[in-house]
Amino acid sequence: MTDKKKKKEKIPRQSMPEQDPKVRAKNFDEVPLGYTEEQAVLEAKRCIQCKKPLCIAGCPVDVDIPGFIKLIAERDFIGAALKLKETNALPAICGRVCPQEDQCEEVCILGKKGEPVAIGRLERFAADYERESGNIMIPEVAPPTGKKVAMVGAGPAGLTIAGDLVKLGHDVTIFEALHKAGGVLIYGIPEFRLPKSIVDAEVDYLEKLGVKIITNAVIGRVKMVDELFDEGFDAVFLGVGAGAPVFMNIPGENLSGIYSANEYLTRSNLMKAYRFPEYDTPIVRGKNVAVVGGGNVAMDSVRTALRLGAENAYIIYRRTDVEMPARIEEVHHAEEEGVQFKLLTNPVEYISDEDGWVKGMKCIRMELGEPDESGRRRPVPIKDSEFVIDVDTVVVAVGTMANPVIAATTPGLEINRWGYIVTKDETGETSRKGVYAGGDIVTGSATVILAMGAGRKAAGAIDEYLRNKEQG
Amino acid sequence: MNRITEKIYLSENVVKMVVEAPDVARKRKAGQFIVLMTDEKGERIPLTIVDSDAEKGTITLIFQIVGKTTSCLAEMNEGDTLFTVLGPLGHPTEIENFGTAVCVGGGVGIGVVYPVIKALKEAGNKVTSIIGARTKDILILEDEIRAVSDELIVATDDGSYGVHGFVTNVLQDLIDSDNKIDIVFAIGPVPMMKFLCEVTRPYGIKTIVSLNPIMVDATGMCGACRVSVEGKTKFACVDGPEFDGHEVDFDLLTNRLRTYLDQEKTAMEDYRCKCNDG
Repeated sequence: MTDKKKKKEKIPRQSMPEQDPKVRAKNFDEVPLGYTEEQAVLEAKRCIQCKKPLCIAGCPVDVDIPGFIKLIAERDFIGAALKLKETNALPAICGRVCPQEDQCEEVCILGKKGEPVAIGRLERFAADYERESGNIMIPEVAPPTGKKVAMVGAGPAGLTIAGDLVKLGHDVTIFEALHKAGGVLIYGIPEFRLPKSIVDAEVDYLEKLGVKIITNAVIGRVKMVDELFDEGFDAVFLGVGAGAPVFMNIPGENLSGIYSANEYLTRSNLMKAYRFPEYDTPIVRGKNVAVVGGGNVAMDSVRTALRLGAENAYIIYRRTDVEMPARIEEVHHAEEEGVQFKLLTNPVEYISDEDGWVKGMKCIRMELGEPDESGRRRPVPIKDSEFVIDVDTVVVAVGTMANPVIAATTPGLEINRWGYIVTKDETGETSRKGVYAGGDIVTGSATVILAMGAGRKAAGAIDEYLRNKEQG
Repeated sequence: MNRITEKIYLSENVVKMVVEAPDVARKRKAGQFIVLMTDEKGERIPLTIVDSDAEKGTITLIFQIVGKTTSCLAEMNEGDTLFTVLGPLGHPTEIENFGTAVCVGGGVGIGVVYPVIKALKEAGNKVTSIIGARTKDILILEDEIRAVSDELIVATDDGSYGVHGFVTNVLQDLIDSDNKIDIVFAIGPVPMMKFLCEVTRPYGIKTIVSLNPIMVDATGMCGACRVSVEGKTKFACVDGPEFDGHEVDFDLLTNRLRTYLDQEKTAMEDYRCKCNDG
């Protein structure tokens, strides 16, 4: 036993092969290439199968982590994928975009002395293995309950809850405003981080389970929430995201060449502007591109700019790298690819050329002062430290806020002062009977997995509501 | 789903299309628009809903052939299906009984102002319509507009039909001859709207314009369509598309509309090549 344990600890955490930074900075193919079977088995064998696993508690959707890893170690890769899918409808996506370092891997016991098990990479491996085998198992769904549920928004929250409810026998329809399902997974996260074929496959899986998806339908415009009830839906889940872009309201921000991150990424990802003119939607291929912000969306934008041919791609961030909200892995990838970080720097004005196109970004240097309410040290401008960076394209990635369409057209739906929907507790119950909400439209911008977690909890609550309704 | 049921050329470069979109047809009001894609690789373009028939479940669109997407659209025929139609989008026109309304439409904007005229008339307004085009051959919807207006004045830049001159001149004449005007709706090319607003500004006549910036999602998500109104940034897709013309920064709109001129040219050349190959 002692020998066996020693042997396990000797296996180092398996690194995942990646495209060379110089090569990948010029293409849109996925950066990490995934584990081989041998690597996956080796990594899986590092898991010591804790009796009281901490990792599961670290997962917003309670994946049986030791369970699926054990199956990989035993080379039952399909079994591992099915184990994942018991609680996670989108494992190939979560394996790629979840911040495991702040969740399951953060609490992994191996991390106390060395490196934690690479849970995310193993999740990705199992899900990819199943998908690439072409043999995706469709689990049996419960007999029809006769209850109809409408999801508004086909993003991570809506897709998760749809998967859960359809398996319980409910009749589920998703209404999506864009022409493709996936929400931020489709329009926001770039191909090099999350190939769209994977999102399509996960959506396809849900459709095979029986979920109906109606695209090009803006609820609050073509139909109101109340009309959904009139049409016979018994419950409605609002998972519309925090889709409205935030601008900084500084002079010159509407000059040509200045994008919100939402627009820049939607053009490139959803509309495939990086393949223009094969695809019709254009995008500005700037030579000197500045991205304002320090989150994952800023990293996605700046790495997109490089791939579109930028000679200089900058991150402009008002705090230091310590406060940067982006995942360490993404910052690291961006640095490797040649992104230039201008920290403790904030734009104050944009300068126009004679055609109304941005040609310069006037910035001010910042220093960190006293901590603010968030506990982070507040950035304070340094007097008379303004300087100009030459830019021809700017992407503003400083956050998003609630889109008001649903709230404005749904009487009695309580929202808070920022426009987010107020829910009672984790169940997602709103002030309107039978209307539930979850994801960014409740919490403000967060992560894919937290939206999925909210979807999961609301699914339970909606199921209970529908069953009680049946009795009454 | 979104089958084309009728297509006719109103002039050499302007096409009227009737498309099946039952939910949109039921819901739409004057001033609202749709976004369409001709095919999966296409661009999303906004077009104002000119008319609708809730019973037949159809909407009417009028567009000018200017670039690749509108060229592709014009090549489609009755029975063909559009890849997507999304709508109705934007705020409807704020219609009430203002008294006397003057509605001005220029070029393909005549199609856009038509539903506004119709709605104003139904609300009890006295409506004087002014429509203009460069020359007689490209003037559209004259009969339709006459049918829903109390009075119609036609102007052509070259004098080939109606009044010789611009719609701005006609509006100025109306004001000068002491006609009571409670509100003006001005819809057409950006320079036309800009100059019409300058005509009405000294008299304090409220002037509503409908803006047509570049859009992508058109549901408030991307901010491509931002315009400056009263010095504040607004999204034309969800805050508009109609605004108080006296408060609109038209120069900014003109600049932003030019963002993709080079790419639009490339796309058009690429498209012509493909057409010739076919």
